[in-house]
Amino acid sequence: MPKQRVIPGFGLSMGITIFWLSGIILIPLAALFLKAAGLGPGEWWNILTSPRVLAAAKLTFGASAAAAGVSMVLGLLVAWVLVRYEFPGKKVLDAMVDLPFALPTAVAGITLTQIYAPTGWLGQYLAKWGIQGAYSPTGVFIALTFIGFPFVVRTVQPVMEDLGPELEEASASLGANRWTTFRRVIFPLLVPALITGFTLAFARAIGEYGSVIFISGNLPMKTEILPLLIVAQLEQFKYEAAAVIAAGMLLVSFALLFLINLLQRRLNWQTR
Amino acid sequence: MALRPVTTESAPVRWLLIGLAVAILTLFLLLPLAAVFIEAFRRGWEVFTAALTEDAAFSAIKLTLIAAAISVPLNTIFGVAAAWLITKFRFKGRALLLSLIDLPFAVSPVIAGLVFVLMFGAKGWFGPWLMEHDIRIIFALPGIILATVFVTSPFVARELIPLMESQGIDQEEAAVTLGASGLQIFRRVTIPNIKWGLLYGVLLCNARAMGEFGAVSVVSGHIRGKTNTLPLHVEVLYNEYQFSAAFACAALLALLALVTLGLKTAVEHFTGHGSKGRH
Amino acid sequence: MSVSIQSIHKTFGSYTALDDVSLEIPDGSLTALLGPSGSGKTTLLRIVAGLEFADPGSGRVLFHGEDVTEVPAGSRGVGFVFQHYALFKHMSVADNIAFGLSVLPGSRRPAKGDIEARVHELLQLVKLEGLEKRRPHELSGGQRQRVALARALAIRPKILLLDEPFGALDAQVRKDLRRWLRQFHDEIGLTTLFVTHDQEEALELADQVVVMRNARIEQTGKPQDIYDEPRTSFVYEFLGEVNKLDDGRYVRPHEIELKFAAEEGVQVAGRVSHLFVAGPFARLSVVPESGSRREIEVWATREQVEEMALCDGDIIGLRFPEPKPAARPQGKAK
Repeated sequence: MPKQRVIPGFGLSMGITIFWLSGIILIPLAALFLKAAGLGPGEWWNILTSPRVLAAAKLTFGASAAAAGVSMVLGLLVAWVLVRYEFPGKKVLDAMVDLPFALPTAVAGITLTQIYAPTGWLGQYLAKWGIQGAYSPTGVFIALTFIGFPFVVRTVQPVMEDLGPELEEASASLGANRWTTFRRVIFPLLVPALITGFTLAFARAIGEYGSVIFISGNLPMKTEILPLLIVAQLEQFKYEAAAVIAAGMLLVSFALLFLINLLQRRLNWQTR
Repeated sequence: MALRPVTTESAPVRWLLIGLAVAILTLFLLLPLAAVFIEAFRRGWEVFTAALTEDAAFSAIKLTLIAAAISVPLNTIFGVAAAWLITKFRFKGRALLLSLIDLPFAVSPVIAGLVFVLMFGAKGWFGPWLMEHDIRIIFALPGIILATVFVTSPFVARELIPLMESQGIDQEEAAVTLGASGLQIFRRVTIPNIKWGLLYGVLLCNARAMGEFGAVSVVSGHIRGKTNTLPLHVEVLYNEYQFSAAFACAALLALLALVTLGLKTAVEHFTGHGSKGRH
Repeated sequence: MSVSIQSIHKTFGSYTALDDVSLEIPDGSLTALLGPSGSGKTTLLRIVAGLEFADPGSGRVLFHGEDVTEVPAGSRGVGFVFQHYALFKHMSVADNIAFGLSVLPGSRRPAKGDIEARVHELLQLVKLEGLEKRRPHELSGGQRQRVALARALAIRPKILLLDEPFGALDAQVRKDLRRWLRQFHDEIGLTTLFVTHDQEEALELADQVVVMRNARIEQTGKPQDIYDEPRTSFVYEFLGEVNKLDDGRYVRPHEIELKFAAEEGVQVAGRVSHLFVAGPFARLSVVPESGSRREIEVWATREQVEEMALCDGDIIGLRFPEPKPAARPQGKAK
């Protein structure tokens, strides 16, 4: 006897979901890994440890982690101010936080380049301090922070809104000052959301392409990110090499996301 | 000294924090946004309109609209079906399915394009067969749609799942006991309860579909006037140092983003609560 | 219509919600499923409604002798009132009530005017005339409850099922609605089954009370019989306050007779540790002189306490009733 279900549509929704997921996502991704598996381990090793790939990987993962880390700090501050304080223009700013989600990445890319170029609006001031904005790893970092920090704001904000005043009142009535209350009562409750925000920003940054390729300058060994390297391989019709780099990149980022997830489960479990 | 509640900071600290946050948001969000429009109009209204009405720009806009018009409805059907499945039923493998729905968020758009090149490109699995039958997928509209669909597939589902989860299944069960059919339940009970979330999911999906760059760039082949979408057209113009034209097209895309955000804010205002999803 | 539940098992993964449950519900009765949370009562109700299904091959549900075990919920002809009402938030009161009629296939769907008439009739029945245009969020808890009831009745169900019908209401509304439901049931005579964890509610309302615990039925019977002759210690303790004596006997506080310590027939002497008088009633906590650590709770009248001039700290005597032959207090659930 088949398992009975009360609400209709199980078969239909399962059918559509499985069909779509396999047709659009799983089978194509499997094709990627199969293509990459066409090369032996020796060739994998050669491709993945070539200096150009290693440099790109270092930049991609390093800048992504740095950007996600900075996003955490900026995002926490912005979320706090948007949730806790009233000030003119707050509604507009709150709505604008989603801009990097909605703005096409190519638009973000050329605009950030324009602003942070050595002659740009902000780039000229950075240049005075000896910092090169666009066409440098710093530029990659700036673009990835722009892309990433809304993730942190939007994951921390609802948690902050749900906190309620009781905990802080209890802390204050026990004699703690504001800073102690924040550090020992509020902040620990926000940590899981902060890590979720970090993870989302990090995952997005690793794969980011459009906003980075304009600002980075794309110098091999210096400012070339992994997705661009994949495109470069494709343009030379080196399909296998492109597949190997892509597969390696996916495996590393899945592994990292999995580890962060584990860490977070442990944290969640502790704060419960 | 004025008395203040124990749950807020002293005025100087408050204004310092507000100042910092406003500075961050202004430098990081408002300045780039302003830059797009300033650059677009730097050389006047005529140059701006000329850039948008030129043949290549026109065909890029058309292609962008066609690609979105096909991929957004498909992903809406998928998103609604997936959200229904995940929130109305408990079954083995549900958690796995949920991660698979999110999977495209963790895949670089470039890889999303690459997988279709590997399947349907000239040297791909089905390449020779497609060539024989004179079917073009890569460097043509079907490839652009496939890549767009891959990248935008989670948006509607991601918006609906938390919403439908929080609403539970009580109302659907009540409708079942009253004798309603599946379609009646969906149309008359579920849809009215999720319509604003659904609308916002569709808007986001659309914004991303029209703005997608990496995935489409890999499969399109950049054939000017044929397979360039608007974001790709921006890139071409920029790389040809036609900055004003590039920013004119970029301004059009930025306008799309602003409209999306505006509608989102309106939806939130209308429903009286925020839908702060992650994207 | 009578309902017959025959040896139903229900498991959720490794958790057993119902373990071989059988129950007869007579036509036209008002039956309460009473038990603590997790006892399986709501699961049983949902199985009768067709909102859950018993483990495959485990047992049957019969309506008036007809097997409905595999009949889908929408075709069973049951009216179900959800604990939190599950009203359609986006519909008016009238549209909520009309829903069950409006989703009927075209051939069986009443004409628009007939539906309106039926809605009006139901609004009258649940005393909500004039509220048809309101939305659920504009109603009080008690009003919502009655809309949910009217919606369930609109389809002319043969059985009415209510899940914790008063659970989410204030104490006063609860009491009013409880009396109203009893009256209402007497008027329409529909076979009704409701779930509650409140023993007072079950005893006051129902013709038949089914006490459940740990996925099983502990006892079924008329309210008075269950109260007076509980078959297990669990039923004893769950239905009203009870003292467990050192010899394992159970005695209800109102069954204990108050005497002076030196009087004849005193079984236990003790010191009044707490005396509380409210209106015509008095409650006493008595610490036995024997050194037992169990305080004995006694309910008396104010008159009696005043007559005996009792104060905190007085030594008094207690006399317990004769044990009833049916009571098997030390017995565990089967």
